[in-house]
Amino acid sequence: MIKSKPLISIIKTLQGIGHRMVERIWRLGAGARLFFLTIVYSAESFKRFHLTMREIYSTGVMSLLIIIVSAFFVGMVLALQGYNTLQKYGSSEAIGVLVSLALVRELGPVVTALLFAGRAGTAITAEIGLMKTTEQLSAMEMMAVNPIARVVAPRFWAGVISMPILAALFSMVGILGGYIVAVPLIGVDEGAFWSQMQANVDFQSDIVNGVIKSLVFGVACTMIALFEGFDAPPTAEGVSRATTRTVVISSLTVLGLDFVLTSFMLVI
Amino acid sequence: MDRTKIDLWVGIFVALGVAALLGLAMKVGNLTSGKIGETYSVTAAFENVGSLKPHAPVKSAGVAVGRVDSIVFDSKTYEAVVTIKIDKRYSFPKDTFANIYTAGLLGEQYIGLEAGGDEDVLKNNDKIAKTQDAVVLEKMISQFLFSKASETDKDAKQSAPASEPEVKPAAAKSTELGDAPF
Repeated sequence: MIKSKPLISIIKTLQGIGHRMVERIWRLGAGARLFFLTIVYSAESFKRFHLTMREIYSTGVMSLLIIIVSAFFVGMVLALQGYNTLQKYGSSEAIGVLVSLALVRELGPVVTALLFAGRAGTAITAEIGLMKTTEQLSAMEMMAVNPIARVVAPRFWAGVISMPILAALFSMVGILGGYIVAVPLIGVDEGAFWSQMQANVDFQSDIVNGVIKSLVFGVACTMIALFEGFDAPPTAEGVSRATTRTVVISSLTVLGLDFVLTSFMLVI
Repeated sequence: MDRTKIDLWVGIFVALGVAALLGLAMKVGNLTSGKIGETYSVTAAFENVGSLKPHAPVKSAGVAVGRVDSIVFDSKTYEAVVTIKIDKRYSFPKDTFANIYTAGLLGEQYIGLEAGGDEDVLKNNDKIAKTQDAVVLEKMISQFLFSKASETDKDAKQSAPASEPEVKPAAAKSTELGDAPF
């Protein structure tokens, strides 16, 4: 019909944009559908709790080491950097407040979620992707076992349960790391370190909000990892791509959600 | 891996998480210090509370004895009515002074109670009559500048006809000390 060359190329570009757009929206819808189905079929993961237990072991317990070590170093660096600046204004006692607020409000939930996406999210995606590639999921369906109830839901709840625990541990270990740098190494007064911290960190508006954040990140990270695995093309390349995408999308989602959640929490 | 081992590890994991959360609440947060046992509440009316907020500490002789419970505006008297919760262990005379102070130069504001000499003590829902408002920095500066300006005005008027150099600095000094700008 249309003969002229530039017109054809314009149409092709538009088609490409449209195709990508439809693809994105389709993935969003499919992810939401999987989330909905996971919630609907999650009764079994509580009735047979050992299924969830096993996943808590592989996502939560196995992530302990990386979380604790990185929290320790993050806390130490925060104290060092904070002291460097605060000491110019003669308020180096406020270092405890700085370290604890930074960790409890932001770094605890966010860095934990990023590490979780890298450590546990990729494992979930690769596992489910490989299950799909080797047709284990289809085999389950043939045996009248719902793969969402048996495979997806326990992993989802394990992630949601593990994330707040890991984030709380991250904050606590980070504060201990900051304490070790600030008090024995630099020589900030110990009493001022803890008392200023206690005076300025509020249980409701800081600690509880941090826990809420980590819960939301837990849902987001685990769901993205599960969906990418469930949706991966059943090839070696497909699984590897899905794993990469899990890390990228989880990280971006966590950082974006963090901004949204923080703005809501500061308003309320 | 067998199930008992997994159970053990998950148990340790959850216990660690709960311990961390408790540690955050007790050691880092103000859950313990924010809790006062039995309290009685007392109100005090201020013309200006500055940036005093609910949950701000109430101190006497530097010791925290209570917390600000609520701050409401009274539309009849156009004053801020502050409700204070004081620990039952501490009692104060009826003529106690309630002042709003600032911790440090720019720190948060708190209420300081200065005990009077009355025999009777404050009871639940009593009102503290003697209060002193928060210091508003802008007001202070403007008053200071205003008094300075009127001073120099006076000086100019005095020195123009008389021209006596010995009296002038002394007079200026006395007004500076005599009527404090705030």
